[in-house]
Amino acid sequence: MNLDFNPEEIAFRDEVRAFIDENYPKDLVGMGSREDLTREQFLAWHKILGAKGWSAPAWPEKYGGTGWTSTQRYIWSEENARVDAVMPLPFGIAMVAPVIYSFGTDEQKARFLPKILSGEEWWCQGYSEPGAGSDLASVKTTAVRDGDHYVINGQKTWTTLAQHADWGFFLCRTDPDAAKPQEGISFILVDMKTPGIEVRPIITIDGGHEVNETWLTDVRVPIANRVGEENKGWTYAKFLLAHERSGIAGVARSKRGVEKLKQIASTEVIDGKPLMNDDSFARKVSQLEIDLTALEFTELRTLAGEAQGKGPGPESSILKVKGTEIQQRLTELTLEAVGTYGAPYYRGFPNDDSSNEFPIGPDYAHHSAPMYFNMRKTSIYGGSNEIQRNIITKMILGL
Amino acid sequence: MDFNFTEEQGMIRDSLARLIREQYDFDTRRGVVASEAGWRPEMWAQFAELGLLMAPFSEEDGGLGGGSIDAMIVMEEFGKGLVVEPFIPSVVCAGGFLKHAGSAAQKEEHLAAIMGAESTFAFAYAEPRGRYNLADLETVAKKDGAGYVLNGHKAVVIGAPWADKLIVTARTGGDRRDAGGISVFIVDKSASGVTTRDYPTVDGRRASEVYFENVSVGADALIGSEGEALPLIERVVDEATAALCAEAVGAMGVAHGMTVEYSRQRKQFGTAIGKFQVLQHRMVDMFMEHEQSISMTYMATLKLDEDEVTRKKAVSAAKVRIGQAGRFVGQESIQIHGGMGMTEELAVGHYFKRLTMMNSEYGNVDHHMRRYTALSAGEMKAAAE
Ligand SMILES: Cc1cc2nc3c(=O)[nH]c(=O)nc-3n(C[C@H](O)[C@H](O)[C@H](O)COP(=O)(O)OP(=O)(O)OC[C@H]3O[C@@H](n4cnc5c(N)ncnc54)[C@H](O)[C@@H]3O)c2cc1C
Ligand SMILES: Cc1cc2nc3c(=O)[nH]c(=O)nc-3n(C[C@H](O)[C@H](O)[C@H](O)COP(=O)(O)OP(=O)(O)OC[C@H]3O[C@@H](n4cnc5c(N)ncnc54)[C@H](O)[C@@H]3O)c2cc1C
Repeated sequence: MNLDFNPEEIAFRDEVRAFIDENYPKDLVGMGSREDLTREQFLAWHKILGAKGWSAPAWPEKYGGTGWTSTQRYIWSEENARVDAVMPLPFGIAMVAPVIYSFGTDEQKARFLPKILSGEEWWCQGYSEPGAGSDLASVKTTAVRDGDHYVINGQKTWTTLAQHADWGFFLCRTDPDAAKPQEGISFILVDMKTPGIEVRPIITIDGGHEVNETWLTDVRVPIANRVGEENKGWTYAKFLLAHERSGIAGVARSKRGVEKLKQIASTEVIDGKPLMNDDSFARKVSQLEIDLTALEFTELRTLAGEAQGKGPGPESSILKVKGTEIQQRLTELTLEAVGTYGAPYYRGFPNDDSSNEFPIGPDYAHHSAPMYFNMRKTSIYGGSNEIQRNIITKMILGL
Repeated sequence: MDFNFTEEQGMIRDSLARLIREQYDFDTRRGVVASEAGWRPEMWAQFAELGLLMAPFSEEDGGLGGGSIDAMIVMEEFGKGLVVEPFIPSVVCAGGFLKHAGSAAQKEEHLAAIMGAESTFAFAYAEPRGRYNLADLETVAKKDGAGYVLNGHKAVVIGAPWADKLIVTARTGGDRRDAGGISVFIVDKSASGVTTRDYPTVDGRRASEVYFENVSVGADALIGSEGEALPLIERVVDEATAALCAEAVGAMGVAHGMTVEYSRQRKQFGTAIGKFQVLQHRMVDMFMEHEQSISMTYMATLKLDEDEVTRKKAVSAAKVRIGQAGRFVGQESIQIHGGMGMTEELAVGHYFKRLTMMNSEYGNVDHHMRRYTALSAGEMKAAAE
C-alpha cells in the first residue's frame, strides 16, 4: 500500500495542469455544477479535449481512450476540479459509448464513437417513462418491426437536456409476450431529428429547464440502429448502469465545493467574526470533509480493484449513495452559510440595468438556493438511493 | 390545562380554511406568484373583511380581543395554502410594535389602517452583515432637531414591495453590536431618500433591498424610547418567530399528507410504493416530526407573554425543533415523490422550498440553539448563586 504519486505521475500532473491552464475557457471557470448553461458552453471543453484526444480517458485505447492508469485518471479529475471545469456530459462518453464498443457492430462503432469523442453529437438517455421509474423493466414504449425499420411509439420522461440532443439511446419493448418484463426489451439508437419525436420541457423546482418529456409517435428507425441482440436490451441497460462508476461519486468536484464553502464561510460574518470561526458551523464543515475523505478512499479502493481486473460490481452503489449524500449536504451548507441572501431569486429579477448581473447580495449567494433545490435530484436519479440500498441488500448482503 | 380553541377561534380557522380552499388553490397561487405584483391586494382586503387582521389585537386597540393564539391559527392556515400575503410583517411585527409600545397617537394613526388593510407594513431589520443578530446594526438614526436622519441599508425586507410603510431598526447610540442605543422608527416608504430594489424570492414571495439616504423623520416616528428598543424588538421578533413556526406546521402537514397520498397512488414493481416498508417508516417519522412541531408551536405561543427568559427559551426551542422537522419533512417529501417531486408543476416542491427558507428566517437552527444554550447556562449560574 502506498499513497504517494511516483515521479511519472507528478510529471503527468504537471502536464495536465499546464494544459488546463492554457486551454480551459476562462469564462467557464467555476461553472462545472451549473445546470443553466448554453449548448455551446456545455460543449466547449469537450471539443477542446476531443481535439487533444483526452475526452474519454476511461475508454479502451483502440476506440480513442487515453490508456491512463487509474491513478492518472484520478489526477485528471482532481486537476479539472481545480477550475471546476464543465466536463463532457455522461450520456455519450460514459453511458452509450461503452455499450456501443462492447456490444455494437463495427459499423455502429465507426459511425458513432468518433463523434462522441469529438463532442460533435450530443446524446440523451431515453430510459425512464411515466410508469417506469425505479421499476425500469416495466417500460411500455414499443418498437414494432416494419420491413427493415422499427416503428417506435410511446412516451419517455425526465430525458436530461434532450432539447440539445442529436441522438438518444432508448429502451423499447420489442416482445410484449416475453415471460419476464426484462426479457422483451431492446436497446435502440434514435436520431432525435426523426419525424414523430416531440421534446417538451419540464421545469424543475430550481426554475431550470434540464429535463424533458419525449414523445414518440410512429418514429421510424432502421433496425441497424439496434445495439446487440433483439430482446436483450435489459442486459446492456444494466451493463451501462453498473459500468458508469467512475465519476459517479463526484469526489473531485465535492472537494472543490468544500473549498468554495470554506471561502464563503470565511467571508460571511457572524457577530463581527468570520462564520468559519464559529464552532457549530465549522464542525459541520469538518464532518462533511471527513465523510468526503471516507468516500474518496472507498472510491480509490474500488478503482484499484478495477485496475486488477475485478469487474464493476454492486459496490458502486456505495459510491452512488454516499457521493450524492455529500453533494446534497454541500449545497445545503452553502445555502446555510450565505444566510439572508439565500432568499433572492435571480431568475425572476427584472433586468432594469439591462445587464446579466443580479445586483442583490454577494455573487456567491445567487445560486445557493437553486443549487440546493436542484441537488435533491441526485438521490432520485441514476437508480434512487432506496433502490441502491435494495441492490446492496440483495447483491452484497444476500438477503 | 386546555388545548382547545375558543368558539371564535374555531370560526376564524374554519372561514379562513374555506377561503383558502376556494380562492387560493395551487394554480391560483402560481399565477399570483408569477404576476407582476406578486400578491393580491384584493385578497388581503378580504382577509381584513374576515376580521383576520384584527384578530390578535385587544378590543381597546380596536381589535377582536385575541392575541398570539389567533396569529398562530391564521399562520397555520397560511402555511397550508402557501399564502404569500404579509400577515407576519404587517400584523404581527408592525402591529406588535404598535400594540406593545406605540403612543396613543401612533396607534390611532396606524393600527386601524393595518387592521383594515388600508396600510401595509414591512419590517426592515436585517442587514447585509448582521446575520441573525438583531443588535448588529450599521443603519444609523442621527438626532436632528426634534427628529432624526436615517442612513443605512436593510437586506431582504420581506413584503417591502407591497408596503407603504416600514418599521426600521437603527442605531441612535452605542457601538455596532451594543444592546443599548437601538431605536425603532416608522418610516413612510415614499419618504424622500428611501429607495428600494424589488425582487422575487426563491419561495414565491417578494422582497426588497431598502436604502436610506439622509431620510428625515419627525420625533413622532420613534416607537418607544430612544436607545432602549432591543428588548421590544426581541419580543416582537419572538412573536413573529412563533407565528412562523405555525406557518411551518401548516406547510409540513400538507407536504406529509401529499406524500402519503402519492405513495398510495404511485405504483412500481406492481405495487403501491407506500407498501415498501422503508418508505412507510420514513413517512411515520415525518408524521412524528409534524406532531412534535405542533406541540412546540403551542408551547412557544402559550409562553409568549411570560418573563423574558422563559419566552426566549420557549421560542428558541420551538424554532430549533421546527427547523429540523421542516428540513426532514421537506426533503423526504421530495424523495418519496421521486422525479415528480422535482417538478415546478407539482405543489409539493413549493412546500419544500418554503420550508427550506423558513429555516433561515428570524434565525436558523444554530442561532436558536446558541441562544437557548446561553439562556440555560445563565439560569444555572443564577441558581448556583
Ligand atoms: C433531474 C433528473 C434527471 C433525470 N435524467 C434522466 C435521463 O436523462 N434519462 C432517464 O431515462 N431518466 C432520467 N431520470 C429519471 C430517474 O432515473 C428516475 O426519476 C428514477 O429512476 C426514479 O423513478 P421515479 O421518478 O419514477 O420514482 P419512483 O420510482 O416512482 O420512486 C418514488 C419513490 O419510491 C422509492 N422506491 C421505488 N421503488 C422502491 C423499492 N423497491 N423499495 C424502496 N423504495 C422504492 C424511490 O426510491 C422513490 O423514493 C432523471 C430524473 C431526474 C429527477
Ligand atoms: C436510472 C437507473 C439507474 C440504475 N442503476 C443501477 C445500477 O447501477 N446497478 C443495478 O444493478 N441496478 C440499477 N438500477 C436498478 C435496476 O433498474 C433494477 O431495479 C435493479 O437492478 C434490479 O433489477 P430487477 O428489475 O431485475 O429487480 P427486481 O428484483 O425486479 O426489483 C428491483 C428492486 O425492487 C425491489 N422490489 C421488487 N419488487 C418488489 C416488491 N414487490 N416489494 C418490495 N420490493 C420489491 C427489490 O428488492 C429490488 O431491489 C437502476 C435503475 C434506474 C432507474
